[in-house]
Amino acid sequence: MGILKTFVLGGVHPEENKLSSNAPIEKLAIPKQAIVPLGQNLGAPSKPLVKRGDEVKVGQLLAEAGGFISTNIHSPVSGKVLKIDNVIDGTGYKRPGIVINVEGDEWIDEIDRTEDLKTEIKLDGKAIIEKIKTAGLVGMGGATFPTYVKLMPPPGKTAEYLIINGVECEPYLTSDHRLMLEKGPEILVGTQILMKALNVKKAIIGIENNKPDAIKHMQELVKSFEGITVQALKVQYPQGGEKQLIKATVNREVPSAKLPIEVGCVVQNVGTAFSVYEAVQKNKPLIDRVVTVTGKAVKKPSNFLVRIGTPIQQLIDAAEGLPENTGKIIGGGPMMGKALTTTDVPVVKGSSGILLMKKEESQRKVESPCIRCSKCTYVCPMGLEPFLLSKASKLGKYEIAETEKIMDCIECGSCQYTCPASIPLLDYLRLGKNKVGAIMRNRGRN
Amino acid sequence: MNMFTVSGSPHVHGDDSTKKIMYGVVIAMVPAMLVSIYFFGFGAIRVLMLSIVACLFFEWLIQKYLIKGAVTITDGSALVTGILLAFNLPSNLPGWMIIIGALVAIGMAKMSFGGLGKNVFNPALVARVFLLISFPVQMTSWPKPSPITEGFIDTVTGPTPLGIVKEGLTAETPKTMSELSSEIPSAMQSLTGEMGGSLGEVSAIALILGGLYMLYKKIISWEIPVSMLLTVAVFSGIFWGINPEQYADPVFHMLTGGMLLGAIFMATDMVTSPMTKGGQLIFGFGVGLLTILIRMWGAYPEGVSFAILLMNATVPLINRGFKPKRFGVNTGVEIAK
Repeated sequence: MGILKTFVLGGVHPEENKLSSNAPIEKLAIPKQAIVPLGQNLGAPSKPLVKRGDEVKVGQLLAEAGGFISTNIHSPVSGKVLKIDNVIDGTGYKRPGIVINVEGDEWIDEIDRTEDLKTEIKLDGKAIIEKIKTAGLVGMGGATFPTYVKLMPPPGKTAEYLIINGVECEPYLTSDHRLMLEKGPEILVGTQILMKALNVKKAIIGIENNKPDAIKHMQELVKSFEGITVQALKVQYPQGGEKQLIKATVNREVPSAKLPIEVGCVVQNVGTAFSVYEAVQKNKPLIDRVVTVTGKAVKKPSNFLVRIGTPIQQLIDAAEGLPENTGKIIGGGPMMGKALTTTDVPVVKGSSGILLMKKEESQRKVESPCIRCSKCTYVCPMGLEPFLLSKASKLGKYEIAETEKIMDCIECGSCQYTCPASIPLLDYLRLGKNKVGAIMRNRGRN
Repeated sequence: MNMFTVSGSPHVHGDDSTKKIMYGVVIAMVPAMLVSIYFFGFGAIRVLMLSIVACLFFEWLIQKYLIKGAVTITDGSALVTGILLAFNLPSNLPGWMIIIGALVAIGMAKMSFGGLGKNVFNPALVARVFLLISFPVQMTSWPKPSPITEGFIDTVTGPTPLGIVKEGLTAETPKTMSELSSEIPSAMQSLTGEMGGSLGEVSAIALILGGLYMLYKKIISWEIPVSMLLTVAVFSGIFWGINPEQYADPVFHMLTGGMLLGAIFMATDMVTSPMTKGGQLIFGFGVGLLTILIRMWGAYPEGVSFAILLMNATVPLINRGFKPKRFGVNTGVEIAK
């Protein structure tokens, strides 16, 4: 397996709880009604192109990008548009979405629905990027940053490494793990497509050591792909963070407030690499994804291939139901996921998992006074002082928060996870980031 | 309809707690407690019990009737203060003085600053210094150790090794170190704890054992004890090297007085020590240097408590000056504007 690498600064190791790592990906039934939110990416929401009563097919464009940092949305189902209205999404707010009543499963003709592996890359770099843009791809790890933007380095910057993120450092989640085991060749073709688009010669797939089968499988497969290597990584959260992964794999440190391209790196998730394969080789836009449904009380922890827009209730039912004592539903993993208010929330492009937590796991512990133990500082992967930043935010001392680099916080939650006094550090850090961000934008305007 | 809890991430917690840390420190102090009972017998038990009960009582009293807030005496912090205070007292100290000490530690040094986590100075040390200045005679007459196995005998009091050396070297007709060597304990005696001194400071082995346990449990980090002891070794070593008859050797300095108790249990107190590794190294260096200065040229034979308290006062400044290594700052990568 070679030498295990990892990032240097901070980090924690929460209980892994990868309950569903042996559950093969199952194709979930198409929902009766699909709810497609218009804000599925980081950046501007998409603009709808259909109206009430329109007949749509699977893969048809529903909404177009609403700006540079935005994406197209395609219909995940066929049927009739019921309404374009405010729907509840993962944020807990009601925001615009398209509701489609499903009729049959009719796809647009352009999509190649066969399972054949197509390895030959016919398009050139520019055409690949255009294709990825058209297909509405976003980062599938959860950040949902439009993929095509990352493939266009700003003038004067060039990429040297493509790093494929197969770390899956969030406890419980296994969708990337299963994808690597079951769709390895497709991921590697997708990686080659991305390499061509970026014009890089080297790609590294980073996988944590708690997935030895995936490491072995991918190491076997990369032998027939030039320029791609697999790097086994020591298990440490948050290794899936872009900056941490770059440090771990190529030992380069992305400067504060800068993007990975500054050190010649572009990071893409394995799920994204798979979608790239489907978009470029099979003409298939992003209409479905793999979602883990898991939790200690879940009867059948599973990995499902799900159409975007499927209400999560259907996924929970397929995992043999919502456990009696469920106290919290999380969209994503336990470290960075969002608590959901209902099971009506639909699967979106960035949904990596649904985690059902028992009542007794759902409540936070009672906060007690800070004993200045410094543990938050020791575990911060960005070298910040969470105790100081949270205090500054709480007291409204935003200048201090800014000079002490609050904007570098990646919201990984390691500080709060570690705090012996159970202080909600990240709550205050988020508040501070919000305020400081607003202050900085205002300054730019004046 | 199901109601679900909604809160910000992270949704899991590492299960560490203030209580676990405090009781971890208590466990680490058990070996030194047992040694003190072995050498000082009933006196040690009396001091320990009185100090612990008084500290818990004053914390309860102040929280319940003065602050009228939540009573948190079970969090272990007052217990730790109680044991540490007892560790800093001679086993024959009158009971009422111990109670005054507990009141100073909890009332003055801890609760008046706002309670747990807010105090600037180590509470047990504030109380020790308060008692030392108020009752210098009682605070500096230590019973000679007499193992419990030899039965209860009338305790004989005498000075500590540091006192013997200070007295001898600064007497009207100064003695040399070789003349004093018969009066001070051997290195072996200092390791086991067979020497005069406060309850918890006598046995190097017991203290180191506790220190290793706390390192393993990540309650303390190595920076403060190591830099403090290294500083002491280097400075005392230099002077000993120049004139071994005039100055005690480094091993003597390290194993006697409150040096190890201070380095392992007092200077490492989370609340009153710096937050970053760099700051902790400087803090340890400062404590070590001040201790040696006081021991060699100060009025008192022992300087650890003063040194730690003085350095406690510099912690906010150290915290400002020593920041953690930030990710992505000074990486050597040139950033185009």
